[in-house]
Amino acid sequence: MLEFLMRFLGRDPASSSKNIARERLRLVLVHDRVNVSPEVLESLKEELIQVISHYMEIDEDALEVSLNQADNSVALMANIPVLRVKRLTREPVTPR
Amino acid sequence: MGEVVVVTSGKGGVGKTTATANIGTALAALGKRVALVDTDIGLRKLDLVLGLENRIVFHLIDVTSGNCQLKQALIRDKRLDGLYFLPAAQTRDKTAVTPEQMRELSAQLKQDFDYVLIDCPAGIEQGFKNAVAGADRALVVTNPEISAVRDADRIIGLLEASEITNSRLIVNRIRPNMVKRGNMLDVEDILDNLRIDLIGVVPEDEKILISTNRGEPAVLDSSSRAGQAFRNIARRILGEEVPFLNLEANEGWRPWFRRIFGLSNAR
Repeated sequence: MLEFLMRFLGRDPASSSKNIARERLRLVLVHDRVNVSPEVLESLKEELIQVISHYMEIDEDALEVSLNQADNSVALMANIPVLRVKRLTREPVTPR
Repeated sequence: MGEVVVVTSGKGGVGKTTATANIGTALAALGKRVALVDTDIGLRKLDLVLGLENRIVFHLIDVTSGNCQLKQALIRDKRLDGLYFLPAAQTRDKTAVTPEQMRELSAQLKQDFDYVLIDCPAGIEQGFKNAVAGADRALVVTNPEISAVRDADRIIGLLEASEITNSRLIVNRIRPNMVKRGNMLDVEDILDNLRIDLIGVVPEDEKILISTNRGEPAVLDSSSRAGQAFRNIARRILGEEVPFLNLEANEGWRPWFRRIFGLSNAR
């Protein structure tokens, strides 16, 4: 009954288009500000997979790379599910 | 020595011209000497909102190219002492004027006026660069729509790059009942995302269209809520502390209904 009344009064938060707009706006502004296109992010993701795959077996499908905003700074967030740590069969790649 | 204020937004149709006409008229009504400059060359509009379209003889390009004196091109508004208008050229394009010429014109206008309000065209190209060239500060107009807020963010970045740092935000055409129903971004959502301070919130108001139909800015209509909001912005520009409007009043039957049922929430 209360739920019906809330919906009648237009207080159904799940269907609130404002929340959708707010989230889309947040994301688009983060991308606009750092000037990183989805293509760049995609290629970053692929190279990350390559590098990490030298050391660990990762779930490539579940891998998430995104830019996030915390207060006034932008952070690159990578969520990389590890399936198995590989036994090192060769020397780690050392950047010169 | 006056101040040059550019009214800009990035996106078109958010209310730059309406804001320019209304804030300028309100500043003049408060006793200031005000010049309004339409820089939307080829797409002139401010003349219509001010109701001065039949009095145009010379325009901005006539002034910058030396066809006439600045004084000859300025149209005096008959309703208010101290309110003047410099129209855009309608048959030229944005490349007919340069940022240097706009800087000169702005400097010249500042000598004679307390406030010079520049109505900027939509976009971020030549027209925008011209409009901001001589500006001391900016009013960024946006709507509670993600497309308008995104463009506002871009504009704020470009203003900072042009070293116009004291920009203020106007959130225009807000519909409190839609905000309340969770179907419109609220002012907080917008401020959280943009890096400038708020100077005013203007509610959606049918009287804006009616006033444009008539060519009489809504600030001259004491019963217009948008007009009231624009008058408040003018007073804040003068440095007065004016509380923000309570936009929840006069919102139809729902607030009453909610109050009767004791469901009014604290927001």
